[in-house]
Amino acid sequence: MATISELRVHRGRRAEAWLLVLAWAIAVLARGLVDYHADFLELDELGWYALGAAGLAAVLHVALRVLAPDSDQVVLPTVLGLIGVSLAEIRRLDFAYADRGRDTDFGDSQIGWVLLGALAFIVVLVVIRDHRVLRRFTYTAGILGIILYLLPAVPGLGREINGAKIWIGIGSHSLQPGEFAKILLVVFFAGYLQTNRDALALAGPKFLGMRLPRMRDMGPLAVMFAAALLIMIDQRDLGAALLFFGIFIGMVYVATQRVSWVVIGLVMFIVGAVAAGIAFPHVGARYDAWLHAMDPDVYSSGRSEQLVRGLFGMASGGLFGTGLGNGRPDLVPYAESDFIIASLGEELGLTGLMAILTLYVILVQRAMRTAIGVRDGFGKLLSAGLGFAITLQVFIIVGGVTRLIPLTGLTTPFLAYGGSSMLANWIVVALILRISDQARRPAVRAEAKPETTPAARRRPDLEEEPAE
Amino acid sequence: MSQLSITLLRLGFLLLLWSLVLTAIAVLRSDLYGTRVVTRGRGRTARTRDDARAQKQAAPSRAGTGIRTGAVSTKERTQGHLAVTSGPLKGATVPLGAAPILVGRAPTCTLVIEDDYCSSRHCRIFPEDDGWRVEDLGSTNGTYLGNQRVDDPVPFREGDVIRIGATSLELRS
Repeated sequence: MATISELRVHRGRRAEAWLLVLAWAIAVLARGLVDYHADFLELDELGWYALGAAGLAAVLHVALRVLAPDSDQVVLPTVLGLIGVSLAEIRRLDFAYADRGRDTDFGDSQIGWVLLGALAFIVVLVVIRDHRVLRRFTYTAGILGIILYLLPAVPGLGREINGAKIWIGIGSHSLQPGEFAKILLVVFFAGYLQTNRDALALAGPKFLGMRLPRMRDMGPLAVMFAAALLIMIDQRDLGAALLFFGIFIGMVYVATQRVSWVVIGLVMFIVGAVAAGIAFPHVGARYDAWLHAMDPDVYSSGRSEQLVRGLFGMASGGLFGTGLGNGRPDLVPYAESDFIIASLGEELGLTGLMAILTLYVILVQRAMRTAIGVRDGFGKLLSAGLGFAITLQVFIIVGGVTRLIPLTGLTTPFLAYGGSSMLANWIVVALILRISDQARRPAVRAEAKPETTPAARRRPDLEEEPAE
Repeated sequence: MSQLSITLLRLGFLLLLWSLVLTAIAVLRSDLYGTRVVTRGRGRTARTRDDARAQKQAAPSRAGTGIRTGAVSTKERTQGHLAVTSGPLKGATVPLGAAPILVGRAPTCTLVIEDDYCSSRHCRIFPEDDGWRVEDLGSTNGTYLGNQRVDDPVPFREGDVIRIGATSLELRS
C-alpha cells in the first residue's frame, strides 16, 4: 500500500486554453491539406470551419470552467485533437469515394455527431454534479447494460450489418447499443466491486506464490465469463466480448490488488477463445485470417483481404506518411470506420500514428491518475474502469488492424466514423472529468464549501461506509 | 502551391501533432514527477516522526482508509505514538497528543480502519493520569488487549498491543 502526496494542482484553466489552440490548429490544418489535395480548397469554407471549431472549443472550455473548474486540463484538448485529425481523414475518404462514383457524406454527418457528442458532454456535466450519485444506480445500471447488450438479438429491432448483430434500427437510423452498455457496465462493476471488494480479496489457498480466491467467490467471474461467451456466440462480436471481459478483469484487479484474478481471467479467456475457434466456424475463420493473412488462398477467398490491404497501406505510408489527402486509404474496405487507423497510418506515417497513440496514452493516464487522486472507492473504480474501457478498445482495434491479435470489429474512440461511439465516448470523457474535478479539488475549499455537494451531505447512503 | 511547400506543410502537420502531445506531457510533468510516494507495510514496523508527518500531508490512498489529518496536531505535546503493526494500514502511525483518539470505520474517526470486523465507532483511546486508556465503544466484534476483551476503560501501556479485527495497534514512546 502506498500513499501519494497531494500534488500542486495548476490553478485556473490557462494550460487547457493553450492546448486547445494547438488542437484547433491541428484540426484546421488537417482539413486544409485534405481540401487542397482534393482540389477543393476554398478559403471561405475553411474559414467557417476554423471559426466553428474555435467556437466549439471555446464553448467546451467555458463549460468546464463553470461546471468542473478543478477538473483535468489535458483531457479536452487531447480529445479535440483526435477528433480534428479524424474529421479531416473522414472527409478525405468522402472525396476518394466520390472519385470512384460512390456518393457518401460521412464527413458532414460525423461533424453533426461531434456536435451532438459535445452537447451530451455538457449535459452529463450539468446533470451529474457528483459522481457518487451513480452508486445508487449500481444494479439498475447493471441490468440496463445487459438489456442494451441483448437488444440487437430482439427480432424486429436488431439489424445485422456486415455479419455482426450489434445494431438496432430506429427508423432509418441504426444505433449500436453496446457502446452505451459499456459505460453502464463500468458503473455497475464499480458499485458492485466497491461493496464486495473485501470478499473477493479475502485469503484463499496459496498457489505458486499467488493467493487464489476462494471457490465460492469465483461466482461473479463465472457469470461474467458466461455473459461474454454469450455475446460472442450470439452476436458474433468478438471485440465486444473481449472488451466486456477485459474491463471486468481489470476492475477486479484494481479493487483487490490480486494478480491471481488477472491470471485466472486470462487463462479462462484463452481457453474460451480457443474453444470458440474450434466450435464456431466464423470465429475460426477470423483466426485463420489472422495467422495466415498472407496466404494466397486465404487472401483470395476474401477473408484477409481487408487486413492485408490495410497493412500494405500502412507500409506505403512509411515513416512520415504520404501526406493527408495524398494516399490511397480508400482501397481498404471500411477505411472510415474499422480501418481508420490504417488510413491514418498510411497518410501520417509511423510518426503520426505514434502521436495519435500517445494521445490515447495521455487520455488513459489522466483517467488512472484521477483514480489515484479521488478520495472515494467508487470514484476510483469508476475512473479506472473507464480508463480500461478506452485502453482495451484502442488495443483491440489497433492490435487487430496491425495484425497483433485477431481482427474484431470495434470502433476506435473519437477517430472512427460512427455516431453511437462518438456519443458514448464523449459521455465517458465527461464522467472522467467529473471525477477528476472532485479528485483535484483542494481539500480546504472542499471543506469550506460543503454546499457544492449537498446531495452527499443529506444522503447517508452516499457515505463511503454505511453505518453498522 | 509548390511541391516544396506542400512537403513542408505535410511535415509541419506532424510537427504540430507532436507539439500537442509534448505540450500536454509538459503540463503533466509536475504530476508525473512531482508526487511523493510513501510506501507502507513490507514488514517495516519502526517509523520515524518524519514519516508520520509525510503521512499527515498525504492524501489517503484509499477512500476512508488512512489517518484523518488535522485531528491530531504534531504541535501538541506528544506522548509517543500509536503504530499499526498489522492489517490493511500496517506501517501507519498516529502521533498521540492531548486529544482522545477514535478508532472505527466511520470517516469521522481519527484512525479509519476498513475491515469487516471493525465497527463504525469501535474503540476510543484517551489520556488519563499521565497514561493512556483504551475503551470499547460497544463494538460488535470486540477490542482485545492481549488476550483480554476490553470493555470498560483499561490502562494501555507502552508496548501493549490492541487487536481490532485484522488490525493490531501498538503504543510506542
